[in-house]
Parts: sequence; structure tokens; C-alpha cells
Amino acid sequence: MSFISNSLIIEKYLRKDMLPTIFCTGCGIGSVMNFTLRAIHDLNIDINKTVFVSGIGCSSRIPGYIYSDGLHSLHGRAIAYATGVKLANPELKVVVFTGDGDCGAIGGNHFLHAIRRNIDLTVISINNFIYGMTGGQVAPTTPLKSKTTTTPYGNIEYPIDLSMMAKVIGAPYVARWTTAHPIQCISSIKKALQKKGFSFVEILSPCPTSYGRLNKMGTTLDMTKHFKESTINIKLYEKMLAEGKTTDKMVIGEFVDIEKEDFNTKYKKFYSDLK
Amino acid sequence: MCVEYCPKKVYVKSEKLSKKGVFPPEVKFPENCIKCHLCELMCPDFAIIVEDKNDK
Ligand SMILES: Cc1ncc(C[n+]2csc(CCOP(=O)(O)OP(=O)(O)O)c2C)c(N)n1
Ligand code: SF4
Repeated sequence: MSFISNSLIIEKYLRKDMLPTIFCTGCGIGSVMNFTLRAIHDLNIDINKTVFVSGIGCSSRIPGYIYSDGLHSLHGRAIAYATGVKLANPELKVVVFTGDGDCGAIGGNHFLHAIRRNIDLTVISINNFIYGMTGGQVAPTTPLKSKTTTTPYGNIEYPIDLSMMAKVIGAPYVARWTTAHPIQCISSIKKALQKKGFSFVEILSPCPTSYGRLNKMGTTLDMTKHFKESTINIKLYEKMLAEGKTTDKMVIGEFVDIEKEDFNTKYKKFYSDLK
Repeated sequence: MCVEYCPKKVYVKSEKLSKKGVFPPEVKFPENCIKCHLCELMCPDFAIIVEDKNDK
């Protein structure tokens, strides 16, 4: 992996007139943007043939800063828009940035059915465990007992696990990392970009302003340290399971990496068979 | 972030308060830098640029 300077990334990929970003100081969304652009740079992907699609939320602001075509769509509908883009012009590479609320709550059904169809998209979900933009309401991914502005005494609803959902429905590439794992994030995004079919990368990201403040987790630094401590790699986890031990830590790593025919290829075949 | 994650401890927290009310990191020991670019990766705000004098 080539270690390049930020100046190159800023020069080549960012809209300089839009900077600085609206993200709060220390927000992990900037890191995710950085990782994605580095992955794109490493793979030499033509940015003019790439479309970035997003819904609404802090995380969905990313396409606005990238110097390429982008769609900042409706809340929860990013994957629906992206499906349209991919079907209309299969030549394009379509990358979706979506928040946890965007992807798992209001956009949940689009998420499920895009995986079912296996459309060739790269979906990067930035999971900050909360609705960041609207002031910190409970999200479907908010862990039990966590405080949000709508659950001031702690959350009593069980959270959903987006990566496991993607795995169960049959996405050909699923991985989860945190912003404290930059190298792993970049290599997973690279694999996801190269995969033909629905690839899903979930990145746990600190939101110091809403989630961090309400749960007294301190600064971004404290939150990233917490991510490192409260997660466990899938390889270690499987070893532990084999030994009969369990843990309540969040499992991270690469969950699925298989080959599966995507919708566009299937459609092309189907169409030529008809003739 | 960079103060904590730099493997060679190039950065220290500065004593002066910036306009935004934070203590920004300061490059105290640039000669220790091994150009691993980890600080650039860890910084969420695109605030750091590691340059190699020999590149130019
Ligand atoms: C149809 C619709 N419903 C509700 C909203 C209000 N809204 C805007 S952003 C947001 C939450 C976004 O949270 P998430 O997707 O987790 O992204 P984050 O801000 O945390 O990155 C909501 C509910 C909206 N814009 N549109
Ligand atoms: S509210 Fe949270 S998610 Fe939104 S920009 Fe601020 S830190 Fe980031």
C-alpha cells in the first residue's frame, strides 16, 4: 500500500472551495472520507467515472466535498438512487455513503432489497450509533443502556447489527472496522470497490458531539481508544468460540468475501437469451 | 490524535490556546519523523500534511 501525502489527496479529489467541512472537530466522518479517497487513489480508479451517492445526515455530506459526480439524495433513499444510477449506466462505479440511521432505519428496506438483487454497489456505512445531524436521537444501532436525547435514561431497545444483516441476506462482501483501524479500513474498501456485486463496509466512527457528549465518553481520542478496547477481531473471536468462551465485545473484521453473479451481468445474459 | 498515535512522538500539545479554543498539536521533533504518514491517516480533519524534503 502506498503511503501518500494528504496534500495529494486534497489537490486531486477535494473541492477546495467547500472546505473546511461542516463536521465537528474530531468527527470520524472525515477519516472515512480520507480512507475512501486513498483506496480509490491506490486502485487508480477513474474519478470521472465514479458517482458518489448519499442520503441525509452528517455522514451523507461527504459527496459534497469530493470533486466528482455526486448525488445528495433523500433521507434513507441513497441505495435506491444508486440502484437507478447503476442500472442506467453500468459503466459507472457507484459508491454510497450512508449513516446508520439512513441505512438501517428509514432506508432499511432499500438496503435489504439491494442486497437481495445483488446490485454492483459499494456501500460504506458510517455507524456513529446515533442520529448525529438532528441532535442525537436514538438510532436502530444505539447500544443498550446508551443515553441519547430521546432515551435520557438509557436505551432499552435491542440494536440491530448492519453487517450481520448484510451477511445473512447474502451480500458477497461484508466487513466492519472502526476509524481506529485505518490500514484495515483502506484495504477493505479496496476489496469492496473491486468486488462485483453488493459490497458493504461498516465503519464505526466517533461522534464526540452527540454520542460522546451524552454518554460522557470524552474526546475523539478517548472514543477511538474505547473502540480498540471494546472490539474483537473475528479470527480471535472464532478461536474463543472454539474454546467455548464468549465475549460481549463487538466483532470486527472481514465477515464475507465470496463471488456471486451481480444483477447487471444476470440481466445482460437474460436479455441476450431472449433474442 | 496525532500526539497520541505518532510512533516517534514528533508532536506535543502546544501551550497556546488557538482561536477555536483548543490546544493545537505542535511539531516539536521533526527530525524524529520516519514518514509513516500515520498522523495523516488518524487526523479526521485533513489538517496534517507530511512532506518529504527529498521529494522536491
Ligand atoms: C424523510 C425524512 N425524515 C427525517 C428527516 C430528518 N433527519 C435528517 S438527518 C436525520 C438522521 C440522520 O442520522 P444518520 O443517518 O445516523 O446519520 P448521521 O447524521 O448520524 O451521520 C434525520 C432523522 C429527514 N431529513 N427526512
Ligand atoms: S454531530 Fe456527530 S456525526 Fe455529526 S458532524 Fe458532529 S461529530 Fe460528526
